[in-house]
Amino acid sequence: MKAFEYASPRTEAEVVQLLSAEPGKTEILAGGTDLVGLMKKMIVTPDRVVNIMDVPTLKSIDELPDGSVSIGATVTLDDILAHPYLDVYPAIKQAIRGISSMQLQAQGTLGGEVCQRPRCWFYRNGDGLLSQGVAEGANEFHAILGNSGPAKFVNSSRIAPALIALDAQLRVLGPDDAEQFVPLAEFFRSPQREGQREHVLAPNQFVSHIVLPPIEGRTCATYEVRHGEGPDYPLAAAAAALRLNGFGIVQDANVVLGQVAPMPWISQEAIAVLRGRKVDVALAEAAGEAAVSRATPLSQNEYKVQLAKVAVKRAILLAAGYETGGF
Amino acid sequence: MTDLKNKAAKKSGFNRRDFFRGSGAIAAATALQTQTADAFQDQSPQIISGETTITLNVNGKDHQVKAEPRTTLLEVLRYQLDLTGAKPVSSDGSSGASTIFVDGKPMTASTILALQAAGKKIETVESLGGDAVQQAFVKYDAEQCGFCTPGFVMAVRSFLNKKPNASEAEIRSGLNGNICRCGTYANIVEAAISVAKGGN
Repeated sequence: MKAFEYASPRTEAEVVQLLSAEPGKTEILAGGTDLVGLMKKMIVTPDRVVNIMDVPTLKSIDELPDGSVSIGATVTLDDILAHPYLDVYPAIKQAIRGISSMQLQAQGTLGGEVCQRPRCWFYRNGDGLLSQGVAEGANEFHAILGNSGPAKFVNSSRIAPALIALDAQLRVLGPDDAEQFVPLAEFFRSPQREGQREHVLAPNQFVSHIVLPPIEGRTCATYEVRHGEGPDYPLAAAAAALRLNGFGIVQDANVVLGQVAPMPWISQEAIAVLRGRKVDVALAEAAGEAAVSRATPLSQNEYKVQLAKVAVKRAILLAAGYETGGF
Repeated sequence: MTDLKNKAAKKSGFNRRDFFRGSGAIAAATALQTQTADAFQDQSPQIISGETTITLNVNGKDHQVKAEPRTTLLEVLRYQLDLTGAKPVSSDGSSGASTIFVDGKPMTASTILALQAAGKKIETVESLGGDAVQQAFVKYDAEQCGFCTPGFVMAVRSFLNKKPNASEAEIRSGLNGNICRCGTYANIVEAAISVAKGGN
């Protein structure tokens, strides 16, 4: 690791004050499960690391007066699993159970999970986020959607699809006491040049809380297609949130795919298929088809198209209360 | 949302950014520790660079250790406290071989900075001498090369603390944070099941 300065602020304002406006100079440390490994490999080389684990206001799960739930950025994944308020959002708990490693659940935080860097092996081996190598080969785990630009990695977050499907917002703090609420759906972006981050925050802004609107009769689910039951990242995943009327007709739907594009992929095509229809196996399958209708697989990842289709289908069926069958 | 807004509105009278502007920013950052004029100084964060001495509570005892910001907890445990049970294997935590308990929770020492661990209760595999899990690993021959073993012993202990009567399927999925390259999973799971059945 490159030598760096370390600070452990106690308030949100102090965190902002310690962050540099210049990209790459400061990094935010929470659980450390991603950042410390990246620093060891010298892929991330900050001059200062700001540990936000000692800021008390970032550690709690609170119900807000309007029924929303605010989760602090440093709330650990196992604390979310254990929290009774959050039972109404099964998609989130399912995604966290999918992570399955006790250590990652105990040490990893929600903010860190959402902001983690891509697992792309070109990136992790020092070739940069936009390595030319991806197009040439060894791209079996890369993007099948949204991959026409320079970024072909996949966003690795396993909880973000569920959070986006549930219309989560991020509370973002910045200089001069600036507080803003950013829909998670607008947080991620596909970098266009090397050095650009995978999200829209300035280097001196940080995510303090994740705010979930009330569930209000919606149902939701996450479904991951994994290579096995081991600790690897899924090959494809999807989260669905549905509002059904008394006759089981979809009034409103959100379908978000994970592990298939440089950002969590909101599928307007799948949403359009679902609206106004009654959920059954055929409809869920049609939504899956629609979700991958614009897929442009790379040389070695055509298999992911089928997996993504199945992930969408099963997330929808799970959300609608159907048995999904199989693993 | 009002709660959050109120929280954000509270701010200290001390503006560190102004201080940075007036003092040549990062180069002067270490001087912050010695500035005394501000009433909020006790609450303002220290910026640490270079080696400092910290106190770590490991296996029930306080130890003075030296750490730079970039020193990991694993390095301190192994190379200063001679607690070599936790192993450096994957360097990014993915092997689970450096699993220890921090305030009772299983975490990988290789991805924790030593400075983050100050003030926390740290337990290593050395604290489990004579534990039923350790004994079961011996009895069921649950190791081959042995590198992953201390991490697995900690993981099994931690999982069974949470779920003392866990089933085989639960144990298998509960140990997902640890990897054994030799592939001795069958014996590890057998050892864990025997402890679960024994009720320890």
